[in-house]
Amino acid sequence: MDLSLTALQRSADEMRIDIIRMLHAAASGHPGGSLSLIDILTAVVLKYIGRGPHNVEDPDRHRLVLSKGHGVPALYAVLSRAGIIPHEELITLRKIDSRLQGHPCNMLLPAIEAPTGSLGQGLSIAQGMAMAGKLDGSSRKIYCVTGDGEMQEGQIWESLMSASMYKLDNLIVILDYNKGQIDGPTNEILNLEPLADKLRAFNWDVQEIDGHDMEAIDGALARAQTCADLPHLIIAHTIKGKGVSFMEHPTEWHGKAPNDKQAALAIAELEAHLNQKS
Amino acid sequence: MGKATRVSFGEQLAELGPTHPSIVVFDADLSKSTQSQLFAAVCPERFFEMGIQEQNMIGAAAGMALSGKKPFICSFSTFVVGRFEVIRMSIGYSQAPVTIVGTHCGVAIGEDGYSQMALEDIALMRTLSNMAIIQPVDDRETRAAVRFLVDYDKPAFLRLTRQSVEDVHNDEYQFRFGKADLLRDGSDAVVFCTGGVVYGALQAAEELATEGLNLRVVNIHTIQPLDIEYVVSAAEQTKNVITIEDHSITGGLGGAVAEALGEHCPTRMKRIGMSTYGRSGTPAALYRHFGLDGEGIKRTIREFVR
Repeated sequence: MDLSLTALQRSADEMRIDIIRMLHAAASGHPGGSLSLIDILTAVVLKYIGRGPHNVEDPDRHRLVLSKGHGVPALYAVLSRAGIIPHEELITLRKIDSRLQGHPCNMLLPAIEAPTGSLGQGLSIAQGMAMAGKLDGSSRKIYCVTGDGEMQEGQIWESLMSASMYKLDNLIVILDYNKGQIDGPTNEILNLEPLADKLRAFNWDVQEIDGHDMEAIDGALARAQTCADLPHLIIAHTIKGKGVSFMEHPTEWHGKAPNDKQAALAIAELEAHLNQKS
Repeated sequence: MGKATRVSFGEQLAELGPTHPSIVVFDADLSKSTQSQLFAAVCPERFFEMGIQEQNMIGAAAGMALSGKKPFICSFSTFVVGRFEVIRMSIGYSQAPVTIVGTHCGVAIGEDGYSQMALEDIALMRTLSNMAIIQPVDDRETRAAVRFLVDYDKPAFLRLTRQSVEDVHNDEYQFRFGKADLLRDGSDAVVFCTGGVVYGALQAAEELATEGLNLRVVNIHTIQPLDIEYVVSAAEQTKNVITIEDHSITGGLGGAVAEALGEHCPTRMKRIGMSTYGRSGTPAALYRHFGLDGEGIKRTIREFVR
């Protein structure tokens, strides 16, 4: 697989089309948060975790916990790219016999490391995985992707306090800071700011990047591999619905699937963008 | 008087620690009370003090379990089981083989009063279909249950007492997960009981025998999965069913037995247990107050059977 930044960005943009197709076929789901997340997940899974289809059996594998479980269409698309899910299976999302549950389920799909969807729980699970890695003396990394709305959960702050106490420098959290949640813009519902200051005060190594700039994402992930003794949190500023102009809105497309016309429009725009680049 | 089941638990886990490298133990600032401190003393590198963070402890233990470890997470039962939805998702739905160790169950914790008393924990855990629930009755059974749970590969809840309990088993005793444990045979009624109240129920049965009432007493150490086959056959044979527990009569052992019998063998039934919030007092005074002492149990059974 070509893991150059250009190739990763192209993959991410192609997977935006997968996401629209999946949600359109399911007639439900969360486009805004999946589209804001796809660039981050592309880099994390394809380049940094880089697992092949059988790697799930390896106890020393790197792991990803998608704490914002509603963004799972983006993860399914990336797992398909990684050869773990057949591409044609993607459109079974949310259907009765599908492994591709509306929120991730480890029992049906072993490539999912932990079930999520009830917000605030994934970081604690990732922390436990990082503690297990330390106990085993393993160099494996644990990645955890959270959403900004989710940062309002008390359990997240429990884990933020605890992970730095345990010096979990093998834990890399990426915050998909897309500024929106169901009831409105995050800063109007329950403001997180000054977030970087709060996280530093909790003894985390904090970086702040543009979450749609593949070079910035890659640079931050690379840097997080090296800094010792502190857990890492990358605040990735993103745009909800990124890539589809009419979906780029903090709340409008949180949990609404595109209809036939909207899906066609979205795919046309994404394809035009890809053609322009090639 | 024998030991508190929390002490038996702590001792057994500490004995197993050195030879079982996959065991990891978590506590949320109550290790001296839950007795997880005994494990911490022998395997400090596998003991994790989480501070007063029950939710994070549940999640971190799930992450450990999903990484091949065998976690035991310890706290007062009401504090840890009270984080129900985190248990539901991070342990239940994920099928993480975590054992939740809830100590200080029931009104028998005494003076600390309601806020520390777990009276609804069995009811909550019973709603999770893959959650095993074990409440041992004495030292030998607690030790056997801990040995069983170390190798058990699914979610489990171990419910333990603060107070010391009398031994009801001898060295011959064999713990059989999921099986009813017949302590005293009898034909007029069957008493299903669990945990700290069992010894009192046995004593009450002996005393009622002198009045001509012949009770069968059965210890239900495994509340989930319940030994439905035994419960139904005992109900068919005795025609009268009594349950006794230091827990809410809603959703606990009484609820479990009522559900099983309602479906398979509707039978006259009396549930003895808690049906209100607890309060402060000595354990003995609380058992008297709520009718869980020998006299209270005898009074209720006399009225019910006659």
